[in-house]
Amino acid sequence: MDGAHDLGGKSGFGDVTIAEREPTFHESWEATAWALNVLAIGTLRAYKADTYRHAVERMEPTWYLRARYYERTLTAVATLLVERGLVSLDDLEQRAGGQIPLSQPVAALPVLQKEDTVAAQPRFAAGDAVVVIARSTPGHTRCPAYVRGRRGVVRRVYPLAYYPELRAHSTVKRREHSYAIEFQASELWTGGDPHQSVSVELFESYLDRP
Amino acid sequence: MTRRDQPSPEGDPVYASLDARAVALRDALIDRNLLDEQQVAATQALVDKELFPANGARVVARAWVDAAFKDRLLADATAAAKELGIEGIEGHQMVAVENTESTHNVIVCTQCSCTAWPLLGLPPDWYKSPPYRARVVREARTLLAELGLQIPETVAIRVWDTSGETRYLVLPARPAGTEDFSEEQLAALVTRESMIGVSLPKATQSD
Repeated sequence: MDGAHDLGGKSGFGDVTIAEREPTFHESWEATAWALNVLAIGTLRAYKADTYRHAVERMEPTWYLRARYYERTLTAVATLLVERGLVSLDDLEQRAGGQIPLSQPVAALPVLQKEDTVAAQPRFAAGDAVVVIARSTPGHTRCPAYVRGRRGVVRRVYPLAYYPELRAHSTVKRREHSYAIEFQASELWTGGDPHQSVSVELFESYLDRP
Repeated sequence: MTRRDQPSPEGDPVYASLDARAVALRDALIDRNLLDEQQVAATQALVDKELFPANGARVVARAWVDAAFKDRLLADATAAAKELGIEGIEGHQMVAVENTESTHNVIVCTQCSCTAWPLLGLPPDWYKSPPYRARVVREARTLLAELGLQIPETVAIRVWDTSGETRYLVLPARPAGTEDFSEEQLAALVTRESMIGVSLPKATQSD
């Protein structure tokens, strides 16, 4: 989805401030939220990491941008566990003594591939010129908007991995190669730094030959 | 209570506090025997046990003193880290990118906040913040300068967007004036920021 989370290249956010010393968690609920997500993925196997990312992306956009980082985690975990029926929202709200806002529902998705597949041989090799297919989906994607339709060069070929657009929404296991695709900043941005590049990890399904 | 379609949870009394939400979720899972308290505590403890930036610093320092290890690190950072007993969640496909005289590397995750937890720890607030995620892919040199790191125009900047399975580590150059430093002393110079690429290790680091 083309959500507020897809921040690469957006303007107007201001300065970056690096704190001198910063605890891993500022408050104990942050540690709880983080641990519950790790356990929900790894131990309960309630959902995949890609499903989690998409549940964060489904937060109402202005709330997403204002929310603290682990508030997003907490919201995504609560949303997914409620959606999967592992906990009920009524029960959670009774325990918490107030409303618990959740992410927005998953959008209607295009028909997903039904067969498990493996694209065993990488289609591209290091040095190949590629173009990113200019396409968006109402579901989860790991292809950032700022590279769609742009031309780059394969720098690294990464091993087979589960294709996130299917992994986030279904049990279909499609594995394919991903690649570090190097884009010149001047290809991405008007007036881009001539000595800057951005290498983005992109799955094979996102790429074509120019 | 009426449900709000567009939540604006900050300070709105209709919403439970973040603390109450987290506790409710944890307790509901425990009461349903889906998790127990010990599992939650043990998971939280991972950030002190195996997911912290001193691990990455050890890897960098080893690469500075051991050329063969550095070669292995650049070929396969997951395996090289494991040689030092370093592994864990979000560490199954780690890649080290080396700063050289002609290239400076910097890492980001523009869509979420993916990080090599076993090497860098859980990411700091600034790395997760919208301004960093928005700006570094677009104007890295300007942003790094604002953060106090001047990269000369003659040095190319390569930004790595963590948009898939790979989790990156920047291997900075060993600072001048550290010829007599032990591996342990070298590791103490390596900050998390230098392994993300927004600063450089300095021989005079006070801590």
